Parts: sequence; structure tokens; C-alpha cells
Amino acid sequence: MNILLSHSSGEPIYWQIAGQIRSAILQGELAPGAALPSIRQLAKDLQISVITTKRAYDELEKEGLIDSVVGKGSFVSGGNQEFIREQQMKQLEKQIRELLDGCHSISVSTDQLIEWIRLLDQEGGK
Amino acid sequence: MNAIEVQGICKSYKNYRLSDVTFQVPKGYITGLIGPNGAGKSTIIKAIMGLVKPDQGSIQVLGHGAEQGEGRYKQEIGYISDESIYYDWLSMEQMKKIIAPFYPAWDETAFQRYMELFELPLRKKIKDCSKGMKMKYAIAIALSHNPALLIMDEPTAGLDPVFRRELLELLAEYILDDQKTILFSTHVTTDLDRIADYVTFLNRGQLIFSDTKDGVLERYVLVKGGKELLDNDVRREFVGVRETGIGFEALSADRGGTVSMFGDSVMYQQPSLEDIMYFTVKEARLRV
Repeated sequence: MNILLSHSSGEPIYWQIAGQIRSAILQGELAPGAALPSIRQLAKDLQISVITTKRAYDELEKEGLIDSVVGKGSFVSGGNQEFIREQQMKQLEKQIRELLDGCHSISVSTDQLIEWIRLLDQEGGK
Repeated sequence: MNAIEVQGICKSYKNYRLSDVTFQVPKGYITGLIGPNGAGKSTIIKAIMGLVKPDQGSIQVLGHGAEQGEGRYKQEIGYISDESIYYDWLSMEQMKKIIAPFYPAWDETAFQRYMELFELPLRKKIKDCSKGMKMKYAIAIALSHNPALLIMDEPTAGLDPVFRRELLELLAEYILDDQKTILFSTHVTTDLDRIADYVTFLNRGQLIFSDTKDGVLERYVLVKGGKELLDNDVRREFVGVRETGIGFEALSADRGGTVSMFGDSVMYQQPSLEDIMYFTVKEARLRV
């Protein structure tokens, strides 16, 4: 997993970290049980404060995506497959909405869209 | 737990005074002490080191009273002064031989490693060293007795940007172990924008705030807008305003209130610690 921060994007640093770890978990790049870097190591590597890093981990813990064990570190949570599935569906839903907006703006009907999707699916691959 | 507790410190000098300064330096983190020149940063640090005796108030360092004569706890402190405190006519090697025996925990291997890392020639006389080299030497000495608390007074003054970055890296490495604490005074706040956990801001001998850096940065907002929006009531909402012929720029310490007051009529930006310091200090000068 890579974490790349932008100090000029205006998006809070802790939010960027939480977002990037979250998507690594949701996309299965980090498997349940995988160890995350320690808070202090991550703060050092990113050259940011310990408190900022801790906040990112707290956020992920609240969402049930990671577990922190005192003295051992933080791990990707295994017990929350349902939540992960839900998050993945949510992300997909967002993309579908965008797709629908795109269709409406150039007058493609929903039926046409569905037909189009079927066609692409039958062609297979990309 | 706190490594340092400063409680109600007052100290009067001829031209200036520290008034009722209270703050804590939490153990395991990096705390930045910021403020313009003459804000009282060095005086506070000297008081913490027991080098200045406050008129009022108390200071606890690693659980000991700083004003007491007992100095043994100072072995646990790596202190980097803002001026060279070494004998000029000695070489760095000779000076080290004087300092090292004071510290039972002195680690000669670590010292040699730092000297090499900082590219400091052991036999060079201290008077022939540049300001940057002297600072590096002080850092090498301070880190070589493995202190629990590192107190640095303007360590990055006189350092080039390359070494400044390297120093920040060293400091982050030093607190990897969550038992170590750093107090770091500077007026170059860009050093702290990134790595500081807590920020304590002094101006004219008074405490402006002492809080987590993230908390500070979230509370303040920088507003940019057209001049027509400014009247006296609006001005009072701000910590400081900078007005030009083509608009204004102002700092607010209440992000929520400001956003609900101006809505979409102005531009909002995340201030840096430098912005916060600039507007606060500028305004204080106008009010005197």
C-alpha cells in the first residue's frame, strides 16, 4: 500500500490518510488481519505529526475497518465483511448516479443505457 | 502525562515582562513554541532549564521543580541553546571530552555517528565553525546522552534547508519511542507546520494559545474578500485584517462563525501557523 499526501489540496491530512487506507481495505489490497504501520512510524515516514496520524487511525477504527491492540499495533479488521460490502456497494452506487447524470445530459434513456451495458458485458473484457 | 508543566509564570525585566504564562508539554510528542522575536520564548526555556528564576509561578520538569538547586534530573534533558555555549578556543573533540563525563548515559558510538552524519570534523576549533556547524554540534552533543526530553531554542536558525529537513527527520525518529518528548522554539513556523503535535504561541510575554496543532489549524480560517464587505463591526470579528486597494485578507479564530457570517461572498483558506502568527502579532502592535 502507498500513501501519498498533498499539502496543498486543502483536504485535511488525516482525512487523506484515512481515505487512502480505507480504499486499500475496500479494494482488498489490505486483507483482514494485515498489520498497518505503527502510528509513529507512519508519522515519521510522512513527516507529519503523531496526532494527525492517530486521528486517521481513530477514524478507521470508528468505522470498524481496523482494530488497534495496545502494545501490538493496528490491524485490518476481519469481522466487518458486511460493512465492507456495504461500502463497496455505496461506491458503485455513486458511480451509477454519475453515469445516469451523464446519460440525462445527452438524452440517452435509461433503457438505452441498460441495453448498452448488456451489449458491453456480452463483448466481455474491456 | 506531561513532561513539562509551566504554571502561572511571571517575570519582569526593565523593558518587558512575561505575564502569567501557563502551558503543558505532553510526554511523547513534539511541542512547538512559537512567537516573534522578543515574545519571551527564550526566557521561558531558560526558566524551564532553571537558568532564569521566575518572580512568580512554578515549573515542573519530568516531575521535578525546576527552581530547586537539585540538578540531577537535567541529565535527562538534551538542551540546545540559541547561542553557542561552548569554549571557542577548543576543538569539538576537546569540548566533548569536557561534557561527556557529566552524563552517565553518554553514548560515544552515537556521538561519533552523529559527527559523521553531520559532517563535522572533530579536530576543528569551535571558533572556526560556522553558525550552522555549531548548531549541528550542539544537536550531536544533546542527542548523544539519550535524553528523555529534548529542549531546543531556535535550533533551525542558521541551518540550510537541506539540513533543516534532515533534522526534522531525526526528531521524528527520536520520538518513535513514545517515551521521548521534544520542546522546540522557533520563529520559522514552516518547520512546525508539518511535524508538531502541539503548538504554544507567545506574543509580548503573553500566552495566545496552547493546543494541538490540528485543533489550532481547524479553528482559524483565512478570509479573502472585497473591501466593500469591511466595516467596523466586521473588522472586530477578526484577529487581524490586511487591507489593500484591491481587497482584504483577514484571519478569524472562529471558523464556524465566520463561514455563517459571510457564506459564499468571500474566499476561505487554510491558514498556516505563519499566517496565524502574522495577523495576531500585527494586530497586537496596532493596539498598543
